[in-house]
Amino acid sequence: MSRAALLVLADGRFPAGGHAHSGGAEAAVHAGRITGAESLESFCRGRLHTAGLVGAALAASAALGVDPVALDAAADARTPSPALRAAARRLGRQLLRAVRAAWPGDELDALGRRFPKGAHQPVVLGAAARAAGLGAEDAAHCAVYESVGGPATATVRLLSLDPFDATAVLARLAPEADRVAEAAVRAARRVVREGTGALPAASAPLLEIHAEAHAGRAGRLFAS
Amino acid sequence: MHRDHIDPHPGPAALGGDARRPDGARRALRIGLGGPVGSGKTATVAALCRVLRDEVSLAVVTNDIYTREDAEYLLREAVLPPERITAVETGACPHTAIRDDISANLEAVEDLEDSVGPLDLVLVESGGDNLTATFSKGLVDAQIFVIDVAGGDDIPRKGGPGVTTADLLVVNKTDLAPYVGSDLGRMAVDAKAQRADLPVVFQSLREDEGVAAVAGWVRQRLAAWAV
Repeated sequence: MSRAALLVLADGRFPAGGHAHSGGAEAAVHAGRITGAESLESFCRGRLHTAGLVGAALAASAALGVDPVALDAAADARTPSPALRAAARRLGRQLLRAVRAAWPGDELDALGRRFPKGAHQPVVLGAAARAAGLGAEDAAHCAVYESVGGPATATVRLLSLDPFDATAVLARLAPEADRVAEAAVRAARRVVREGTGALPAASAPLLEIHAEAHAGRAGRLFAS
Repeated sequence: MHRDHIDPHPGPAALGGDARRPDGARRALRIGLGGPVGSGKTATVAALCRVLRDEVSLAVVTNDIYTREDAEYLLREAVLPPERITAVETGACPHTAIRDDISANLEAVEDLEDSVGPLDLVLVESGGDNLTATFSKGLVDAQIFVIDVAGGDDIPRKGGPGVTTADLLVVNKTDLAPYVGSDLGRMAVDAKAQRADLPVVFQSLREDEGVAAVAGWVRQRLAAWAV
């Protein structure tokens, strides 16, 4: 693996559209569930073990070369909210554009041809890791970190939260994020042998419900 | 400004500034309109649509801070059929979506070309932002920066990337100058000092001339793009 390539892919400034999404944080702020650093930490911990784990397992599986079409279908099955499915595909399309420019290759081109309107973002992330010469562990860590990094940044904007507090939340969650990434990689290795049924299916019903309400709300700052 | 080159990896979707669509056809000319909040970007876009819609096939992408305000204004004014207007959401950072991470805007442009194309012209309107907001060359072929006389007649003097580098600077709402104490002559001198030979247009959309000068500049760009 190239550690520097991992930093490029994981950089919050990687131009793949994430800045317009809050990972459910805006809806949670609106519902009064995130009000400061402490509740942001709880929210992020919940995401880590649900959306984060599932996304990381999908990304790690794709990085191991599992068929992206099967993984995309599995991601659909694990995302009840149509608004979240649409957001995941939009972000997957945007990520693929950036990745094709960064690490051009036939596998990414084929993925774009198969999913012209976008595959689920974690599936593209795993394919991106492959194209960048990275492994399943790297893909899983990227996915896990994104699952909490996005909401933390968004909350800084939404609540004018002290950015040092938000960063400290992410740092405190880091050991837990490592463990989630490791679990995701173990699941991905089972997916290689047993198929997508071995993917975790941890869901967060409130994230899904809030995402639907958010999609219909006028005057929102973030797309999801 | 034309950036013809062969994509080393022909694939399903064009990247950034490719001048051709994946099927080899030349894509639409893309012109960005940026500038501070309330300077008249959306009104200028609406006026351009009314003047140009019978001459060329055009579409508009808006970038709102609070999502769809500008798109809805254009829809209400019925300057174009609704399928030719798309809103991009920018996550509280309009300059990011037009400069640092242009992927959502590129996809909006490509989807418009797919659904209502072929297009000759796509106008990409930024959400109201600050004086440093400029468009990436990966997103637009030329950019217009719109300021207005009521925002203070010292803005051309203050400069900044928008005022200094935009391909066209529009000083809007000149009809308000006497009421807000803005000195148009001073604005012209300051703009000339900041921009050397780059053009400046003073306009009032409330007067007969309206958007004609800007529309003329867009026509020149279209003629050059078609070569």
